[in-house]
Amino acid sequence: MQALYAQLLVGLINGSFYALLSLGLAVIFGMLNIINFAHGAVYMMGAFVAYFLLNLGGINYWWALLLAPIIVGIFGMILERTMLQWLTGLDHLYGLLLTFGIALIVQGVFQNYFGSSGLPYAIPDQLRGGMNLGFMFLPVYRGWVVVFSLVVCLATWFLIEKTQLGAYLRAATENPTLVRAFGINVPRMITLTYGLGVGLAALAGVLSAPINQVRPLMGADLIIVVFAVVVIGGMGSIMGSIITGFALGVIEGLTKYFYPEASNTVVFVLMVLVLLVKPTGLTGRAA
Amino acid sequence: MPDTAIAEAPAKAATGGNILQVRNLEAWYGESHILHGINFDVNAGEVVTLLGRNGAGKTTTLKSIMGIIGKRTGSVKFNTQEIIRATSDKIARMGIAFCPEERGIFSSLDVRENLMLPPVVREGGLPLDQIFDLFPNLKERLNSQGTKLSGGEQQMLAIARILRTGASFLMLDEPTEGLAPVIIQQIGHTIARLKKEGFTILLVEQNFRFASTVADRYYVVEHGKIIDGFSNAELAANMDKLHTYLGV
Repeated sequence: MQALYAQLLVGLINGSFYALLSLGLAVIFGMLNIINFAHGAVYMMGAFVAYFLLNLGGINYWWALLLAPIIVGIFGMILERTMLQWLTGLDHLYGLLLTFGIALIVQGVFQNYFGSSGLPYAIPDQLRGGMNLGFMFLPVYRGWVVVFSLVVCLATWFLIEKTQLGAYLRAATENPTLVRAFGINVPRMITLTYGLGVGLAALAGVLSAPINQVRPLMGADLIIVVFAVVVIGGMGSIMGSIITGFALGVIEGLTKYFYPEASNTVVFVLMVLVLLVKPTGLTGRAA
Repeated sequence: MPDTAIAEAPAKAATGGNILQVRNLEAWYGESHILHGINFDVNAGEVVTLLGRNGAGKTTTLKSIMGIIGKRTGSVKFNTQEIIRATSDKIARMGIAFCPEERGIFSSLDVRENLMLPPVVREGGLPLDQIFDLFPNLKERLNSQGTKLSGGEQQMLAIARILRTGASFLMLDEPTEGLAPVIIQQIGHTIARLKKEGFTILLVEQNFRFASTVADRYYVVEHGKIIDGFSNAELAANMDKLHTYLGV
């Protein structure tokens, strides 16, 4: 039974990363209409920025949680201003190819300097150790990742669904020309949205660093699963991404317990089934 | 009569100061040349109507003034300030509000969010209680999804939301299109009331019977040019010509 709970916890942790990454992808797709293949690369950059901050600047994990998303978010905004904005109105394929190319370049550069093996990033002192819950042993850091990710996801959902800024974002997703004609600087909002989506990925990277180590290809390994999550949840759906992210993490964890051979493919099998039954995803709306 | 003379002649008869001056406005959708040198003026406090057949260039004229057409040349002066090169968000912040033909109600926003969406660009916008006084239906439907409203209610919402912003110059693109006569009457009352409140309105209409109940002056657009212009007092005398222009 302990093994089942342990797999559930692993599933929840993976689900946290899926949720944070797919949320960023959903925000970016909703606003920019771009399938951001560079998302795995910026996730990796988040982890590397945390690593650099600690090893070069002596800046600890807590500050990295704040600074890495900002730094990588700024990198994302520069990408949007200098490259992605020129793709407005073009077919999705152009955005996909460009961001895929950016991902390959970024990963290639990091791989060139740091190789493929992982760099260690220690769990902060405050989050070391574990708690005996009676039915299982819970490492504090893993519990923190799940709770913190959930809080960030819900805060992002609140920002987009319940605030005036979110209303601008949702309206601009539907009709950017008209929103701009109301006096809102939509191009700036698009840049900031891309920065937000990329920042969320970087935050996931920082959270992941103490668990998975810091590796140039850490994002490339994850991004395909995250795209499957987004497809299942429905492209552009905020709550769909969060729920599907956590749910698929748990399903993956349970599969590891009950039928380990299928654990790497279960997400893709589900994706195929969802596409067959509801091509817009579980919570997506028809275009 | 030369184009610029058409633009200036009736405008001189009006009392308010010149608020919008359009000269030699040309616009393109991609390779298609739509406007071929539009000239007209709007004075403060007036309701001016652009009449014309489908595809004449009326909507494109409004969109060009608003800055949402990619390629446009010529001169558009708002309160003597040149805005031909300004982006649409800057134009909106100068006090011009646009209500599009398709109404532009956002389906992902409820009525309250749709109403509160355009930011206040200057003081003097109508407060919400006054807006609900004009459009009582909206108050009852605040929590409904924007696109679940009837066509008439959506039109009211589209007009209501730009009244909050403090913009003094409103551009309404075919506000009566597809609406029941009773709703058209209500829109007419609203426009008349807005005029009394001091708003300047540039209206695009195909329904000149409706336009005649609210407009001070008319310009006729054909093939991307203003081909005629007259005041409401001259409407009866121009009726035959108007029928020819509009093909009715």
